[in-house]
Amino acid sequence: MKIDRRSFLTLVAGGAVGTALSPLPFKLMDDISIWSQNFRGLPIEVPVPEDGPATYVDSVCSLCPGGCGISVRKIGKRAVKIEGRPGYPVNDGGVCLLGISGLQLLYGPWRVTGPRKKVNGKWKPVSWDQALSEIADRLADIRNSGRPHSIAAISGRAKGTVPGLLKRFVSAAGSPNFFNIPANDDAYSYAIGRMFGRAGAVGFDFENSDFVLCLGSGILDGWGSPVRMFQAHSSWKNSGTKTVQVEPRLSNTAAKADAWIPAKPGTEADLALGLANVIIRDGMYNRQVERGRAFGRLVKLVADYTPARVSATTGVKEETIEKLAAQFAAARRPLAICGRGKGHTPSPAREVMATIALNALMGSINRSGGMIVSPEFDYIKWDEPVLDQSARTGLSASPAGTLTDLLKQAADGSSVQALFLLEANPAYTMHDAGTVKKAIDAVPLVVSLSSYMDESSNLADYILPLHSYLERMEDVPVTAALKIPLVSLSKPVVEPLYDTRHPGDVIIQLAREMGGSISDSFGWDNYEACLRQTFGAKWAKLSADGYIRKSTLETFIDTALTGRMDFTPLAEACANSSGRQKNSKDALLVPYDSMRIAADNIGTPPFCLKTVSDRVLKKNMIYVDVNPVTARKAGVADGRTVTLETPAGKAVVMVNVTDEVAPGVVAMPRGFGHTAYDDYIKGKGVNVNELLMPEEDPVSGFDVACVTPVKFTKA
Amino acid sequence: MSALDDKSTDASASGGTADPGSQDSPKDKGGLAMLITFIIGLVGSLVVGWVVFPKVLYSTREQPIQFNHALHVEEAGGCDSCHYFREDGTFAGVPTLDACVDCHESAIGDSEEEAKFVENYVEPGIEVPWLVYSRQPDCVFFSHAAHVKKAGMDCVTCHGPVGESTSLKPYQENRISGYSRDIWGYDISGIFKKHEWDSMKMDDCARCHERETGSKGACFQCHK
Ligand code: SF4
Repeated sequence: MKIDRRSFLTLVAGGAVGTALSPLPFKLMDDISIWSQNFRGLPIEVPVPEDGPATYVDSVCSLCPGGCGISVRKIGKRAVKIEGRPGYPVNDGGVCLLGISGLQLLYGPWRVTGPRKKVNGKWKPVSWDQALSEIADRLADIRNSGRPHSIAAISGRAKGTVPGLLKRFVSAAGSPNFFNIPANDDAYSYAIGRMFGRAGAVGFDFENSDFVLCLGSGILDGWGSPVRMFQAHSSWKNSGTKTVQVEPRLSNTAAKADAWIPAKPGTEADLALGLANVIIRDGMYNRQVERGRAFGRLVKLVADYTPARVSATTGVKEETIEKLAAQFAAARRPLAICGRGKGHTPSPAREVMATIALNALMGSINRSGGMIVSPEFDYIKWDEPVLDQSARTGLSASPAGTLTDLLKQAADGSSVQALFLLEANPAYTMHDAGTVKKAIDAVPLVVSLSSYMDESSNLADYILPLHSYLERMEDVPVTAALKIPLVSLSKPVVEPLYDTRHPGDVIIQLAREMGGSISDSFGWDNYEACLRQTFGAKWAKLSADGYIRKSTLETFIDTALTGRMDFTPLAEACANSSGRQKNSKDALLVPYDSMRIAADNIGTPPFCLKTVSDRVLKKNMIYVDVNPVTARKAGVADGRTVTLETPAGKAVVMVNVTDEVAPGVVAMPRGFGHTAYDDYIKGKGVNVNELLMPEEDPVSGFDVACVTPVKFTKA
Repeated sequence: MSALDDKSTDASASGGTADPGSQDSPKDKGGLAMLITFIIGLVGSLVVGWVVFPKVLYSTREQPIQFNHALHVEEAGGCDSCHYFREDGTFAGVPTLDACVDCHESAIGDSEEEAKFVENYVEPGIEVPWLVYSRQPDCVFFSHAAHVKKAGMDCVTCHGPVGESTSLKPYQENRISGYSRDIWGYDISGIFKKHEWDSMKMDDCARCHERETGSKGACFQCHK
C-alpha cells in the first residue's frame, strides 16, 4: 500500500487531535519546565543553593534603631536566613519583615563593590590608597587655606564608636561641624536635659502599663524597637491594657487600639495640654509633682488649654477630651508617648515636653509601667584629640547651628568645602530634599561612606564603600524606648563580599594619611583595637553575650526624679510656639510610616516591597489616602491620578478615597520615590520628604516639619 | 485505496484536466478511507499518550532495602518516632542511620532484608540511599513545622496511609525531571484525583491553601 500526501496529512491530523486529547503535551511541558529550572551546566547555570550542614552566627540587626538580636543561618560561606535570636533582651526570637530581608541588602546589586571617584560626572574605580591619599590632600589644602571649620560631617547615627571616630576626626581637623540626622530620641534627650537638668535617654515600661496614650506614635508601625513593641502589644491582650491612638490616619496601630482619635495633625501638644488641664482642674494628679520646680507655671499654663479651646484647635470633641483625661487619670499605671510614626523625625519640643508633663502628673516617671529616664551612654571615654594651631583656630569658629543651617550655608559653594557622609542619606531623608541635593552638589568635596549607591552617594565625589552590617564588628548602642538601654555588638556574619572596608578603619586610615596631630589623635592600630580599648574590662562580657546593659536596679534607682523636675522649659516652649497654628483652608499633607517600607538610609528591599498593598503602590505610582469629604471638595475621584502641590514641590500620585483618614488630610506613605540604588528600588512613587518644607523648632532647633498645606490639581 | 491510486494516475495521465463529474464514486470511497486514516492516527496517538508515554516516561527502581512501615508503627509508635521535629523546629525528614541503630545495632529477626541492612549499611556506617517519593525541586520551600505544628495537620493528609503499608512500592523516576512519579501522581492525566495525597504539585498546595486560608498564597511564600 502506498501512502500519498493527503492520507499522510490526515494521519497526522488524527495524530494531532489524539495527542491533544491525551495528557502527553501537558505532562511533557511540565516535566521540561522542571528540568529546565534545575538545569546545571553551560550555557545557563541555574542558581541552586549549596546543600550542607547549617551553622549559625549571632549578631544584631542595625537596619533600624530597634537593635534586635539576630541569628543568621549559613550554609557553607553563604548566609541563607536571618532569624530572631531567642532569649535576646530586646526581641526574644522575634524579627521583622525588614530584618529578614537583610540578605537582599547584603547580596543585592545596590552594593558599591569598591572605592569610586567621580570624573567628569562618571564613576571611575580607584584604589583605596589613591582615594584616601587624594582626599587627604584636598583636606590638607582646605586646612592650609585657614578654613578647617569648612570641613563638615553628617552621620546617619548619633551614638557609638564609629560616629564618635568621625566626630573626632572632624574635630582634630579643626571643625565643630559634626551633625547627625536627628530622630525623636534626640528630641526626647533635649527635653529631658531641659526639664531634669541633665540629658538622658527615655524608655518606657510598656509591659507593665495599663493605659497607653500614643500621640501619633506608630507602635505597630515601626516605632521604638518594632519587634519589642509587637511583643508588648500582644501581652496587652492578656493584661487588659488599653491603648488610645491620636493620629489623623487609621494606621495599623490606630486600628488595633481601643480608641482612635483623629486629631488635626500637628495639634498633639495642644491635646496633651488639654488633658493636663482637666487632670489638674479636677485634682486627679499625683501630688508628688507639686514639688517640682515651677509647678505653678504649669498650672497657669494649662489653665489656658480649656477643653473648649483645645477642642477648637484639635477638632476633638470636648467630651472626648474630658473622657480621655478621666480614663488616663483613673488608670493605675498610665503612660503617654509621642514621636510620629516610626519616630525617626523629631517632634516639636513643646509636644515632647507636654508628653513628659502628662507622665509626671500621673507619677509615671521612673516607676513600673512608666516612663524611664536613664543616663545617656557614657562608655566612650577617649582622651581629647590632639590639636594643632590650625585645628584650634578652626574649632573656635562658631558651628553651623543646626543641620538645616549647615546645608543652607553649603548651598553657596564655599562655606562648606568638604562634606563627609557617614551612612547618611540627607539627599533623600531630609525635608525639601530638592534643595538639600543642590546644597550637597555645591560642596567642592563630598565623600560618602556608605555600603549602598544611595541618593547622597550619587552626589558625592568619592564613595568609600563600607562593609555592610552583616560583615562587620561594631558597637550598636540601642535606646529605642527600651526600658533599659543596651549596647550590643554586631559581628561579622560573612566574610566581606567586595573590596569594602570597615568605616572605623577608613577613618583611622584617613587620619594616618593626614599625618601630624590628626594622625596622633588616632593612636589605635585599627578599629578593632579601638573598640576593645573603648570597652576595656567590659569587652569580654560584650563579646561573649553580644550585649551589655545596666541592671534594673541601677535604672530605676532615681524614683524621686519627678520632685526635681522643672516645668519652666515647657512654659517657654509654649510661649515661643504660640500662634504657630496656621489656619489654612487647604488640605494638610501628612506622611505616614509602615512596617513594610524601610526608612532612613535603607532602601526598601524587593522582598518587603512585594508585601505592599496595591492601594499603596501600584506599578510605579503611589496612592495618597483621602477622606471622601475632602475628595468631593477637591473634586477628585477614587483611583484618579492627581498632581499635589505644596510649598516645597509638586508630585503626581493616585488617590485612594477612604474613611480611614480624617477629613482635610492627605496621607502619603514615607519611604518611596528613591532615585538611586538600582532598578529594583528606584523610580517607585514619590518621596514625601521632597514635599515638606523644613520647620525649625523655635526651642530645640530641630527640623520638626510633619505637615504641610497641599493643593490638588488634576492631571 | 486502489481506486484512489487509479484516480491520481488518471488525473496525471490526462494532464490534470479530468472531468470532475466522473470522480463521484472514487471520492466517496476516498472519504471513508480518509476517515479511517484519521481514526488510525487518532487512536494511535491516544494509545501513545495515555498508555505508552507514561510507561516510557518513568524508570522503575526498587528501594535499597525493603521496609515495613506498619510493623515499625506498631513497635515504635506514630510517624513522629522516626520522622521527628528537631528541637529547633526543623523537620528531620527521612531518618538517618543514627535513628535506626537505636534498635538495629545488630540484626533483629532473620529476614533477608534485615541481614542485608545490617551488613551493607549499619556495620560499615553507610547511610541508606532511600529514594524519597515526596522529594520536591530545590526551588520549592516547604516547612513541615508550619503545617504540622501550627496548622495541626496530620501526615496522612499529604502522604497517604504510608504507615499502614507493609512494603515499599517500587520508586518510579521521571526520566526528564528526575523526580518521583508520586509528585505528579499515578494518574497521568492529573485530573482524576481521588485522595488529597494522590499528587503533590503546586496546584494541590494552592487548592488546599485556598480552601483553608482563603488564599492560594503569594509566589514567594514557597519560591524564595
Ligand atoms: S525591628 Fe529593626 S532591628 Fe529589629 S529586625 Fe526589624 S529592622 Fe532589624
